Amino acid sequence: MADKGAPIPVTQPAILETRGPGSVKVDLDVNGVSRVVHLEPRVSLLDALREQMALTGSKKGCDQGTCGACTVWVDGRRVLSCLTLAISCEGREVTTIEGLAEGDELHPMQRAFLEHDAFQCGYCTPGQIMSAVALLNEGHAGTDGEIAEWMSGNICRCAAYPLIRSAIREVRDRKTGQ
Amino acid sequence: MRAIGYTRATDVHSAVEAVTSDPGSSFLAGGTTEVDLLRLDVLRPHRLVDINRLPLTGIEERADGGLLIGALARMSEVAEDPAVVERFPMLSQALLLGASAQLRHMASMGGNLMQRVRCAYYRDPESACNKRVPGSGCSALEGVHRGHAILGTSEHCIATHPSDLAVALVALDAVVHVEGMDGARSIPVDDFFLLPGDTPEREHPLTPGELITAIEVPALPMARRSLYLKVRDRESYEFALASAAAALALEDGVIREVRLALGGVATKPWRARRAEDVLMGERAGDAAFTRAATAELAPATTRPMNAFKAELARRTLVRALRTVATTGGGTA
Repeated sequence: MADKGAPIPVTQPAILETRGPGSVKVDLDVNGVSRVVHLEPRVSLLDALREQMALTGSKKGCDQGTCGACTVWVDGRRVLSCLTLAISCEGREVTTIEGLAEGDELHPMQRAFLEHDAFQCGYCTPGQIMSAVALLNEGHAGTDGEIAEWMSGNICRCAAYPLIRSAIREVRDRKTGQ
Repeated sequence: MRAIGYTRATDVHSAVEAVTSDPGSSFLAGGTTEVDLLRLDVLRPHRLVDINRLPLTGIEERADGGLLIGALARMSEVAEDPAVVERFPMLSQALLLGASAQLRHMASMGGNLMQRVRCAYYRDPESACNKRVPGSGCSALEGVHRGHAILGTSEHCIATHPSDLAVALVALDAVVHVEGMDGARSIPVDDFFLLPGDTPEREHPLTPGELITAIEVPALPMARRSLYLKVRDRESYEFALASAAAALALEDGVIREVRLALGGVATKPWRARRAEDVLMGERAGDAAFTRAATAELAPATTRPMNAFKAELARRTLVRALRTVATTGGGTA
């Protein structure tokens, strides 16, 4: 290769750019749509979704990583959007409850929650559903005990747990053809 | 939350240099403790250096049976790694009994070791706390301290170390690999956690800007029979009131080698060396197990609300030992 001027000093660390603390341009991929938003680095993914993108399906319960109402997927994994900084999600695929249905066709887990009446007030439901679909993909829904353990990060103050488990069982068994 | 700057690191050296040269900045890994404490105004960095894209996510199997786990491997990945499950079941169990599925996908192994205590007075900037504001006092001493420590305490701090993972790691003699501007070094995990003593604000022997790059778990064939037993107020998604990591090597019913550690009761992940010393060469059974647990808890300093923890820890240790001795571990 031709030597173009001074050699690149490979041992020299990269000069890292600092963005913020004021508002900065952030590129996000949410439910398969590229979005450009302007926000401060301290803004959580949850606040960015709700306040800047009008995606209010993800709920703010505790805002401290305790209740699971804000559960979304980042690169296919269920995470808590209240403890995730929006700016840290650049280049990742974010999926929210709004991205679950295929057009007007509800996701089977959404339908099962309706059919089994797996909620009362409904506030925790988007987080429950995002967690439940991920749970089936993770393969930890073999027994009721296993479902309870692997759904323990989603709190339901109406205590709809038995019916949430019914909904998850139904989708699990349909998937496995039982 | 205060305003913060954000820097995305692309390699270890520049990340270390960024934080070292700017004392008001902090590394950001999974963020499960850090973002929470930023919002509570307990941590106040003016800039976060995001290390999540650094190439520190691998789990390398060593030919001798050990493992080198990247600092940014997530708790969920390590918990389900086949080599971890087979060689160090207590490690997998400790990870799976911690936090929730969502938090385990977020939290990194290095970040787990750096997590802060859950003491309500530490988390509340209005309260006196020597860890948060050195010299301000300790509200927990006369306050609500049911969950607080009974081993390794000082008159300045009685906060319990919250990690389950770290309890398994001290039992396994893991080694923490760190990198700073002066190069790389290795710290035995037991030395990585400092007792509060007179300086509870100092939790780790790290210099500012030093970064955990990996956790090494040395080969330990006996750990294939091992267990992490966790006792708590509710069955899931809760910190330990008492926990025990145990591995046993028996020969004709006699204990040839033993590794024990306690969680939920001490100011650091607690290697139970007194109990180990009692058990060496003894016949495995409840008599020896009880003597060992009693010896370990003998120096406990209890307070009105957490006095129950001494007996709870003894029973937890005995049950963990009994389970490993009779079933070889698995799920307790």
